[in-house]
Amino acid sequence: MHTSHSNIRLRIIKDRLFLALVVLLSFAMIVPLLLIIFHIVKNGIGVINWEFLTALPRPMGETGGGIANALAGTMMLIVLASLIAIPLGVLAGIYLAEQKTGRIASGVRLCMEVLQGIPSIVIGIVAYAWVVISMGTFSALSGSVALAIMMLPVIVRSTEETLRLVPDILREASLALGVSYARTVLKIIVPSGLTGILTGILLAIARITGETAPLLFTAFGNPYMSLNVLKPVDSLPLMIFNYATSPYPEWHAKAWGAALVLVVFVMGMNFTAKVIAKRWKVQF
Amino acid sequence: MIKVSFDSIFKTVLKAVGVLMLLLLAGIFVTLVIDSLPAMKAAGFAFFTGTTWDPVFKEYGSLVFLVGTLLTSFLALAISLPFSLAIAIFLGEYFRSGLVSSFLKSAIELMAGIPSVIFGMWGLFVLVPLVRQVEMQFGVAPYGIGILTASLILAVMIIPYSASISSDVVNLVPADLKEAALSLGATRYEMIKKVVLPSARSGIFAGVLLSLGRAIGETMAVTMVIGNANILPTSIFSPANTMASIIANEFAEATDAVYISCLIEVGLLLMMVTLVISMIGRYIMHRMKI
Repeated sequence: MHTSHSNIRLRIIKDRLFLALVVLLSFAMIVPLLLIIFHIVKNGIGVINWEFLTALPRPMGETGGGIANALAGTMMLIVLASLIAIPLGVLAGIYLAEQKTGRIASGVRLCMEVLQGIPSIVIGIVAYAWVVISMGTFSALSGSVALAIMMLPVIVRSTEETLRLVPDILREASLALGVSYARTVLKIIVPSGLTGILTGILLAIARITGETAPLLFTAFGNPYMSLNVLKPVDSLPLMIFNYATSPYPEWHAKAWGAALVLVVFVMGMNFTAKVIAKRWKVQF
Repeated sequence: MIKVSFDSIFKTVLKAVGVLMLLLLAGIFVTLVIDSLPAMKAAGFAFFTGTTWDPVFKEYGSLVFLVGTLLTSFLALAISLPFSLAIAIFLGEYFRSGLVSSFLKSAIELMAGIPSVIFGMWGLFVLVPLVRQVEMQFGVAPYGIGILTASLILAVMIIPYSASISSDVVNLVPADLKEAALSLGATRYEMIKKVVLPSARSGIFAGVLLSLGRAIGETMAVTMVIGNANILPTSIFSPANTMASIIANEFAEATDAVYISCLIEVGLLLMMVTLVISMIGRYIMHRMKI
């Protein structure tokens, strides 16, 4: 009797210890997150001022200077990549949502999963082979092509998943009124799922904004302001990489500032996507 | 009549875009294979078995990078596993909803959103000095950079992925199984150990595989802290290079055609390794209908 009693107590103690361990390990993950945010804010906030955001980098040894070229370059890369990826991605998503079965459709689905899994540096190699080699120079365009390939799977999947949720009643009502198939899709089904599509696009942009690897040998980087799509441009993550791995403390400080700007931008994007998804979610 | 033709144009456009997606992936494969042909001719099978990577003497053995990649990724996986399992049990079993769980979920989402170059930079300026101190305690050469540092950063980066997949799986374990165990007098710990984990095993394995795929393909964070040494690593403290980091470091500087081609072949190898791993993971997830 005594042994079984202490046995139960031991089991209860084990149970409590396990819960404590689970809670401890779960919250341990927050420590690096807090540390990263703390260090970025602490080291970055002092660097950021109006000049930092609007001036071009100065040569080594001169004080001041900023990241305007990288900000402009990042914006240009995002806009160009979106111009390529959004129409293709949304159309492919519509195709998959409409074509539930079939050899091509399931091929495209598999293809998007594979694309999602390809390391970004390999996408960079491909964009280099396709665009940089054929044009003979590093360029914003080649960087955008690489980023667009990375956006595609995210946009395609979110478009497909959203449009699948649109109930068939809507489609049948529209078709019954004599509206053509194409108009039904474009005017009824796509607008019903617009918020989901928009969320996917924002998530895709957030994914590529921080990408560095595919830009190393496509967009390449550029210390001057350039708005020419056929010339190399700088981007925020590329600049952070170059400055952080340089031996100069002045550049390290700039890298922290740029990191803070980048993190705020990416998190803002993710947050907006989440708010849109939550607030304007169409309930069927 | 016009309506009918607009319909058929619309359908054709949709199908064409679908086919374009197939061609895109096929194009990626074909490009990588064709562009690695010169390397395959020049280096042959020694490319996969050679341990010397010396472009100056035209020696291209990529085994060092494969070893470096697998070592960092598996070490990262081992470090991250207790944490992601704990989070999975936390979110999937103990705290399925409520303030605490949504707080933890937001933290995980935040973590997944941080760009890898930021992880790399934080690793370089914060983690490297720490590891250096540890290395001095152990009496090994205090580089600070190296496999251990890269694995630590990678572990932090992949926890969100394996944790979110595993917690979904743990959540799916049928309640009647769990209630049966509890009604037989099992404590919650015993129930989790004997019922939840065995029944969620293959899903957790899928999550692990998917995060392993991410770790293998991860470039920037690793490149910044691994030390970029083209040698066969001798311990977890030694600097090394991974397949992704060698491409990131040398591709833009590679001049001669065979050199570039060899780097592209490394890229091809890297893609194959990640694809095999993540496809197995996705297959398991599909089968479980997650």
